[in-house]
Amino acid sequence: MDRGKRWRERRRIAKMITAVENALPGHEQILQEIYKKTGNAYVIGITGPPGAGKSSLTDALARGYIEKGLRVGVIAIDPTSPFSGGSILGDRIRMNELSTHPQMFIRSMGTRGQLGGLSAATHSAVMILDACGADVLFIETVGVGQSEIEIVKLADTVLMVMVPGLGDDIQAMKAGIMEIGDVFAVNKKDLPGADKTKIELEAMLSFLPPREWRPPVCMVSAMYKEGLEELEVAISEHRKFQADHGRLEQRRMRNAQEALLAILRDKMVLRVKSDDRYEELLQRMMEKTIDPYEAARQLMEGLDSCSED
Amino acid sequence: MQRPIRVLVAKPGLDGHDRGAKVIARAFRDAGMEVIYTGLRQTPEQIVAAAIQEDVEVVAVSILSGAHSTLLPRIKELLKEENADDMLFVAGGVIPDDDIAFLKEKGVAAVFTPGTPTTLAVEFIREHVKR
Amino acid sequence: MKKEVEQAFRSALEQYEQQIERTTARFPERRDVFYSTSKAEVKRLYTPIDVEEIDPLEDIGLPGSYPFTRGVQPTMYRGRLWTMRMYAGFATAEESNKRYKFLLQQGQNGLSVAFDLPTQIGYDSDHVLAEGEVGKVGVAIDSLKDMETLFDGIPLDKVSTSMTINAPASILLAMYIAVAQKQGVSKDKLRGTIQNDILKEYIARGTYIFPTAPSMRLITDIFAYCSKEVPSWNTISISGYHIREAGSTATQEVGFTLANGIAYVEAALAAGLDIDSFAPRLSFFFNAHNDLLEEVAKFRAARRLWARIMKERFGAKNPKSMMMKFHTQTGGSTLTAQQTENNIVRVAIQTLAAVLGGTQSLHTNSKDEALALPTEQSVQTALRTQQIVAYESGIANTVDPLAGSYYIEAKTNQIEEEAMDYISRIDDMGGAPRAIDAGFIQREIMDAAYQYQLDIEKGDNIVVGVNKYQVKEPSPSGLLRVDLSVGDKQKEQLKALRAERDNQAVERALEKLRAVCRSDENVMPVIIEAVKTYATLGEITDVMRDVFGEYRQSVII
Repeated sequence: MDRGKRWRERRRIAKMITAVENALPGHEQILQEIYKKTGNAYVIGITGPPGAGKSSLTDALARGYIEKGLRVGVIAIDPTSPFSGGSILGDRIRMNELSTHPQMFIRSMGTRGQLGGLSAATHSAVMILDACGADVLFIETVGVGQSEIEIVKLADTVLMVMVPGLGDDIQAMKAGIMEIGDVFAVNKKDLPGADKTKIELEAMLSFLPPREWRPPVCMVSAMYKEGLEELEVAISEHRKFQADHGRLEQRRMRNAQEALLAILRDKMVLRVKSDDRYEELLQRMMEKTIDPYEAARQLMEGLDSCSED
Repeated sequence: MQRPIRVLVAKPGLDGHDRGAKVIARAFRDAGMEVIYTGLRQTPEQIVAAAIQEDVEVVAVSILSGAHSTLLPRIKELLKEENADDMLFVAGGVIPDDDIAFLKEKGVAAVFTPGTPTTLAVEFIREHVKR
Repeated sequence: MKKEVEQAFRSALEQYEQQIERTTARFPERRDVFYSTSKAEVKRLYTPIDVEEIDPLEDIGLPGSYPFTRGVQPTMYRGRLWTMRMYAGFATAEESNKRYKFLLQQGQNGLSVAFDLPTQIGYDSDHVLAEGEVGKVGVAIDSLKDMETLFDGIPLDKVSTSMTINAPASILLAMYIAVAQKQGVSKDKLRGTIQNDILKEYIARGTYIFPTAPSMRLITDIFAYCSKEVPSWNTISISGYHIREAGSTATQEVGFTLANGIAYVEAALAAGLDIDSFAPRLSFFFNAHNDLLEEVAKFRAARRLWARIMKERFGAKNPKSMMMKFHTQTGGSTLTAQQTENNIVRVAIQTLAAVLGGTQSLHTNSKDEALALPTEQSVQTALRTQQIVAYESGIANTVDPLAGSYYIEAKTNQIEEEAMDYISRIDDMGGAPRAIDAGFIQREIMDAAYQYQLDIEKGDNIVVGVNKYQVKEPSPSGLLRVDLSVGDKQKEQLKALRAERDNQAVERALEKLRAVCRSDENVMPVIIEAVKTYATLGEITDVMRDVFGEYRQSVII
């Protein structure tokens, strides 16, 4: 079946994502079947503080790719309430006009905090959209916390979106966060202070350890559709740079490794937790009759002797 | 772990009064549901496209403009065309009783009029969602 | 208070409080804490101690003078009653025209035009998003042709016309001016109001089109144009009504509305206008809810705060610039779909609030509006409610009769202070447009709205007929329905119009408009030119959409 045809089966794609997101029966088979078809989509991670206009920028960039005849997938992530387990996923609101476009597929996900964490579910969704024909995939993050770092493991290019008026927030951002950005965009460039934000960003970036790729800082306005072509060019250049220097392979190898390790961790944890001695060992730790290293060693022995499930 | 019920909350039509839609979206979230909120001015086509892509179990629309008799049956039709007839379709808003009978005939499972406690809508969804 | 009187009073108060403790130990009050509708705590008793900081001259003053706490005119309703202005919309221009002529024959001299949603959002009746909406909540206007029909035979120099139109206000005003010119009425004779308040559309009402910056530019263009060409036109009605409908508290209604007002003033000043050239033409629009005393205090606080802002912050010299004149509408969201007769009582209470608060004009809602557009019968009852309050209640016989009440004055102060807190916070964010962009205002309102809903569901708030004293009732009958054929009729007319007009002239006018939109020139003259070629509302708006872009809603839940 060709990619274009798979892409048209919207309901099927959506149902596959639901299956893997919820680890429904049969989800592993789905991933097994599609895995060999993955690797065609270019994955762009979009991150940045809340209110930076990530969704609007995703929408604006997606329009550009769609006009070029490409198929675009978007995975938009919003936080899940730790109290109710519910969430409000509202990023689509910025992309409503595109939502009926045959080249577009948008899926919202809650962080949920379930086993495997965000990256496993997102990674599975990425693989499905990739295998089903997406040429470009956007992953839009929550904008705060750990998920930013996790998204790097999935993206070929990380676009970090900033906005004027955050001032001190840029200063306060940890270098670790800045380092994940391959391309920077200062959105809402019509607002006062946009130029200052650009200068501050460039100053911050100059303090980072020198790398072969210098992240460019683009000034854009998603609302007024300005600076978008330059931004698209910057993303293409990063892509080309990676291709020319064998970086894309490196990156994808690293991401594959991350994916493998994540699945291993999940499986091991699940199996260890189902071991009868698990609760007992925990109890003994509480009583201080065993230390966590010894408890782990004993549980690992259980793993060794265990046969395939 | 019980997976959360996924609900699409949408406003078809042009009226901008989204207090009801937002209150119900919050109530659904607080009841542990995953709410996909699409905001104002949604065409039936956009609503159904979102429902399909998001693979929701419930489509909940809020409408106050008076265009319900045109727009709601259209949404239901499109859901059928997409083989998504199994999605629970509910509506809320200023909708007169006579129209409610008509809308139910057209496949709207429930219509919540002003003054309905949010808990009632939550209960209805929990009871009627197909799993 | 004299020193010895004060001492005696304080000790009496102390005794009272001790006694209360004993009483409440045996007969507890109905609840531990009492709240207003807006969830502000209400004390058991208000006394002179609560108002001792209030200066009778500087803070309360006299009616018709700064700070206008007691009203904007010296004699208020003893001179002239408030304008009873009922907002009404009918599907087509012909029907509306008939209705207006009838109203004018009845002695009414103010018209109030409700437009349908496609018109309010700048779509022609044949746009895909207009499906099912044409003529539903008001009249459909696609081109100057419809506007000519709407005001056919109505001399525009004799009436004042209020138009509830925001994002495309410049276009509808242009059409009004064009109709007047065809009647031979010069622009300076035109009187009326356009709502033209885009900020509250982003916050609460939802009929926005363009992003903030170009929208603000359109508004200041209208200010500038009208101050020279249409001097008796009220160029904006800064609206708290919809903010309240969206679920805000009374304090938020004042705070956010005035913050929006400040943004318009600042935009106009930045465009080089003189404060006293446009400020007298600013008007306001508030909601009246059921919590009678809180509402009265709200209106008084709003008036005083605006006067102070205009004088102290903006240095206005003309007292008319400091006067907050406002229209009031009773609260649509307070109406219940259950036992609709009860709504008549709610509207009566709200009418009292508006009049005791010193409104300049009032629309009273009809009992059936929680279900559908009102019938003629229920509109009449709503109007009669105002007339009963005006002629039978006696409250219009003296100016600001509640002034000096310990509770009213303390509450007036409290609302002014808390509203000012909001304004300061919004200033810190860079003004109302930025605070809206960041979702701050929407989130504050949403929190209040959700809290209100939870309080009702818990039974902490009682709404009669909804969560207490419910009855089984038959479904209401005799509701007004709008004929769906209106949409088809408008579409046919549009088709005919596009066939018979000079399409090259339309193209030329639209290209000129495009150029002006890209420049700093005032847009009003070219829009007037464009409407005269019978370019449609949708065509004109599309050019502007193309140049200005479109606003995207923030998701604030």
